[in-house]
Amino acid sequence: MRKALIASLVLAAAAALTVAATATGARAGASAPAAIPGCAKGSLNLLKEGTLTVGADNPAFPPWFGGDEKKPWKISNPYSGKGYESAVVYAIASQLGFTKAQVVWTVVPFNNSYKPGKKPFDFYITQVSYTPERAQAVDFSRGYYFVNQSVVARKGTPIAKAKTISALKAYKLGAQVGTTSYSYITRHIKPSSSPSVYDDNDKAIQALKVGQIDGIVVDLPTAFYVVAVQLDDGVIVGKLPTKGTKERFGLVFQKGNTLRSCVDRAIGNLWANGTIKKLQNLYLAKAGAPDLT
Amino acid sequence: MGGATVRVSKEARTVAIAFVSTVVFFGLVAFGITRSPGWGELKAYFFDWGIYRDSFPEIAAAFWVNVKLFLIAEVFILPAALLLAVLRSLPGPVFFPVRALAIAYADFFRGVPTILVVIMLGFGMPALGVDGVPISPFFWAVVSLVLVYTAYVSEVYRAGIESVHPSQEAAARSLGLTRGQALRSVVLPQAVRRVIPPLLNDFIGLQKDTALVAYLGVVEAFRQSQINNAATFNFTPYLAAATLFVLLTIPLARFTDWLVARDRRRQQAGRLA
Repeated sequence: MRKALIASLVLAAAAALTVAATATGARAGASAPAAIPGCAKGSLNLLKEGTLTVGADNPAFPPWFGGDEKKPWKISNPYSGKGYESAVVYAIASQLGFTKAQVVWTVVPFNNSYKPGKKPFDFYITQVSYTPERAQAVDFSRGYYFVNQSVVARKGTPIAKAKTISALKAYKLGAQVGTTSYSYITRHIKPSSSPSVYDDNDKAIQALKVGQIDGIVVDLPTAFYVVAVQLDDGVIVGKLPTKGTKERFGLVFQKGNTLRSCVDRAIGNLWANGTIKKLQNLYLAKAGAPDLT
Repeated sequence: MGGATVRVSKEARTVAIAFVSTVVFFGLVAFGITRSPGWGELKAYFFDWGIYRDSFPEIAAAFWVNVKLFLIAEVFILPAALLLAVLRSLPGPVFFPVRALAIAYADFFRGVPTILVVIMLGFGMPALGVDGVPISPFFWAVVSLVLVYTAYVSEVYRAGIESVHPSQEAAARSLGLTRGQALRSVVLPQAVRRVIPPLLNDFIGLQKDTALVAYLGVVEAFRQSQINNAATFNFTPYLAAATLFVLLTIPLARFTDWLVARDRRRQQAGRLA
């Protein structure tokens, strides 16, 4: 499985290289497999030369990160190359000509990812949603995943029978602080009792278990993980419809970092050559959840 | 007459010097900060007036949760802590178990991190699934704060009780008061009066620790700031929460100052009579 994945990445990179080479007219003897013209590894604006330093939150949760936990990483290991976000990062790295060993992961709590001052990473990846307000403080790459929110509850509770958004209004909902899941509750569901807000999904799940809240709102891939692993009697009530513009996850950059344009083009290639679709099928695609209307 | 003029001009000079020195000092600090290379960024991240104005009403509304929490908790803390302190001061071998329990209680709840008590009770008690056990996070937050702060405050009371000279009690007993009466009408009034400033300390600490209820999902001022912070990636909302806490603390501090000053006046008046 892993071999097949790496092989497919190499293939994808090679394909992109061919395309780029044809486009620029036989760029001779590139030493590294840099697929993107103007983005040679040596010319990139990096924290540490020759190394791609990637920030991520700890614990690293599936399905975004995979593999067995290895210090300092908890639950999963970004170095594994498994899990959607880990795989996307290594695909981007290979597009830019980095080997797997040249990618270094560093633990950065979400709230530190956007604090002022010099950032301790080249870019940051942990399901950060793009919003125009946030883009005032940091730069975002183009989207590597488009998100749907969903509702998770316990089997057999009244909320589990809800078919519409308005049916959710009567229940006490919870979400993780700072997430678009929370804004979805306050902006679109508008429940009659104010939602509870937790530091992370673990606490929200704990509150759901003991009955302090009736349901939690999380993005759909996380919902699958929650019901499969974290909540024995969990059930996905349904997928929430997209409101307004499509929500997307982007990589976070120091404002004005020139590295972004090269990463954007790498992500563009990954969409174009089907790598992203393939990785989504591999890590995120599961049996569909019912749609809430 | 001439002496008064000298005094006035001297006073004016003192005021003038204090004024100039203050202006120069803060002027230099302000200059240093605003000239530093990162000032523009710092200002944008922490002092964005537009964001402050927009987030203030929401945070003020959430602050009401903090106010309810510490007011309710303090009502239980003050008498419970006094009781604990008195129990700990009981003399004689008969009361050893009571003293031991009081000491164990104070040691444990002062030592254990408050956040742990909040989590243990807030998530743990509802998990028992026993009928009649409340599941409300707010309820368990109040219980946690009462447990922890009773331990702190009991030590403050104890310090006050022990600061009253034993001759006071001896004098009271010699007038025919029982031990209980002496404690109630002679020792405690003096003890409590002396510890009002540290009591206020703990009350302010309690106000700030109400933010721990956020861990259980309740949206209070600090959590609301965090929500606004995460929505904008700007830290100014925390400043709005800080304003509210400070606005509450300053009048309280002045009130205690006044209380202490009034007591001192009365005591000195008594001495003269």
